[in-house]
Amino acid sequence: MAEPSASSPPAATCLEVSGLTLSFGGVHALDDVDLSVRHGEVFAIIGPNGAGKTSLLNAISGLYRPQKGSITYSAEAGETAVSLIGRAPHKVARLGVARSFQNIELFRAMTVLENLMLGRHIHMRGNVLTCGVYWGSQRREEIAHRAAVEEVIDFLEIENLRHQAVGTLAYGLQKRVELARALALDPKLLLLDEPMAGMNIEEKEDMARFILDVNEERGVTTVLIEHDMGVVMDLSDQVAVLDFGRSIACGSPDEVRADPAVIHAYLGDAE
Amino acid sequence: MESGIFFSDYRSDMALRRMPLQKVRTGLLLAGLVVFPFLATPYWLNLANQIAIATIGAIGLNILVGYTGQISLGQGAFMAVGAYGSGLLTVRLDVPFYLSIPAAALITAVAGLVVGLPSLRLKGLYLAVATLAAQQIVEFVVTHWDGLTGGTEALVVPSPELFGARMNTDGRFYWILVIVALAVALFAANLFRSRVGRAWVAIRDQDIAASAIGVNVFGYKLLAFATSSFLVGLSGALLAHYRSIVTWERFTIEVSISYLAMIIIGGLGTISGSFFGATLIVLLPAMINTLGRSLQDVAPWAATVLPYVQQGVFGLVIILFLVLEPEGLAKLWRNVKDYFRVWPFAY
Repeated sequence: MAEPSASSPPAATCLEVSGLTLSFGGVHALDDVDLSVRHGEVFAIIGPNGAGKTSLLNAISGLYRPQKGSITYSAEAGETAVSLIGRAPHKVARLGVARSFQNIELFRAMTVLENLMLGRHIHMRGNVLTCGVYWGSQRREEIAHRAAVEEVIDFLEIENLRHQAVGTLAYGLQKRVELARALALDPKLLLLDEPMAGMNIEEKEDMARFILDVNEERGVTTVLIEHDMGVVMDLSDQVAVLDFGRSIACGSPDEVRADPAVIHAYLGDAE
Repeated sequence: MESGIFFSDYRSDMALRRMPLQKVRTGLLLAGLVVFPFLATPYWLNLANQIAIATIGAIGLNILVGYTGQISLGQGAFMAVGAYGSGLLTVRLDVPFYLSIPAAALITAVAGLVVGLPSLRLKGLYLAVATLAAQQIVEFVVTHWDGLTGGTEALVVPSPELFGARMNTDGRFYWILVIVALAVALFAANLFRSRVGRAWVAIRDQDIAASAIGVNVFGYKLLAFATSSFLVGLSGALLAHYRSIVTWERFTIEVSISYLAMIIIGGLGTISGSFFGATLIVLLPAMINTLGRSLQDVAPWAATVLPYVQQGVFGLVIILFLVLEPEGLAKLWRNVKDYFRVWPFAY
């Protein structure tokens, strides 16, 4: 795998995946996948079920360890890229990579507020002693981060849910809270795994607006997996198509829509 | 009754006791604890002291099992490390008890770290079996390392001295135990409204999501083992000085199980539940005993079946709680509070 040295030139892209191969036993989840996500864009990954989209996200966030290929990441344009491969998930998160999951993975017993405060975990310093005593600097830290969390709560319009246990919330709201928790990290790169799955039209519109707002107002580079083609084509600057673990197309929504390989993967060949 | 209360700053919204009623309750509890020793007989003082020690141990176990979701059957072993640690430091090295107790708790924390190492790979029942191994190993070491622990002989610890007063009565020890127990409860409550406690609960609820938002899962599991063991060792060390006698029989697997029963009956993942559960498990056998003795004249056979009744009731209580109120006494208490929150209105 290519480990960029300290002298390598500043990265032009936020996320660069090349030659990525991931297999479980004999199953190739990802096979020589390349993609490059520029800073500040919304990048969609689409593909039929089982194409390897979630596996790719898991590899980026450190949950899976690919056998071959490289994943490099740079938080800001002009910053030196670092390799994400072999980095534990919590270390990837510390680099400013946040994500949401396909099957909502919130901390169900906790309130919305506590879930979001966990999003601030990497920015906080408290240890067992300071937290147990909860005095002086620790109290100030909790309060300062509470203020940061409240900004996210405002941003995503979930003020009324603050003190509710997330397990009791409706599905669409849970998805929104999961996005909020990821945003609480102050991420530079946001990975969203089917943020709109199972939502009705209205909820989808809300979520689409939030994703665009996050991208435009906060300048967060966003990689999202989505099945709703309307959403994908409207939101994204670039689209990559995976099929059976291979990247079969990549480009602007219009280019991808016209790509014969994509049409083949989705619709099969005309006789 | 609690409507119309608004907080204008984060500090008061994040306080441990936010509502006026909560503050009143806490005040009443503290006042009760202060008045109690002046009213109580030595018998009740003794029970109160046992409850205080058990509460500290139960909070320790609850941090690991209830909050972090790592099952441990090693409670007895950790208490043994704390008890023998502090006892031996006092007896062999003449360390005063106010130094030997925290030192023993630290030693137990290190032991907890070691026992927690398998949690990197093991979860649930498999981890439970690993901690069971720790329990057996500690029991074996304690009973066989005659040179250090005295083996199966009891280790006699002189009652401690503080400000020139010998802490040899229940009444005097009460103050030490209550203050330590309150401090531990406050410490734990603080933990769970701030960074570290949240990370532990996150690991219990969704360990993958926890790692994806930047929680070092293995590190925090080890930290939970160490913190939990510290408190459990503390409770064991206090027990050693309170009882003046340390024997291995007090730290068997049965102790581990009865502590698990405490936190299950009391409520997993709650501080107040640790106290409620400890209270019930300490009082239950004492009450059955009293009942048996008072029945002695009426039914002389009662004394012979008493031990069996005790065991049976213990099991029955656990089963009843699991079936009827899996969230334990803490949840019952919450129901009572919720009822009176809007009383006398229906909603």
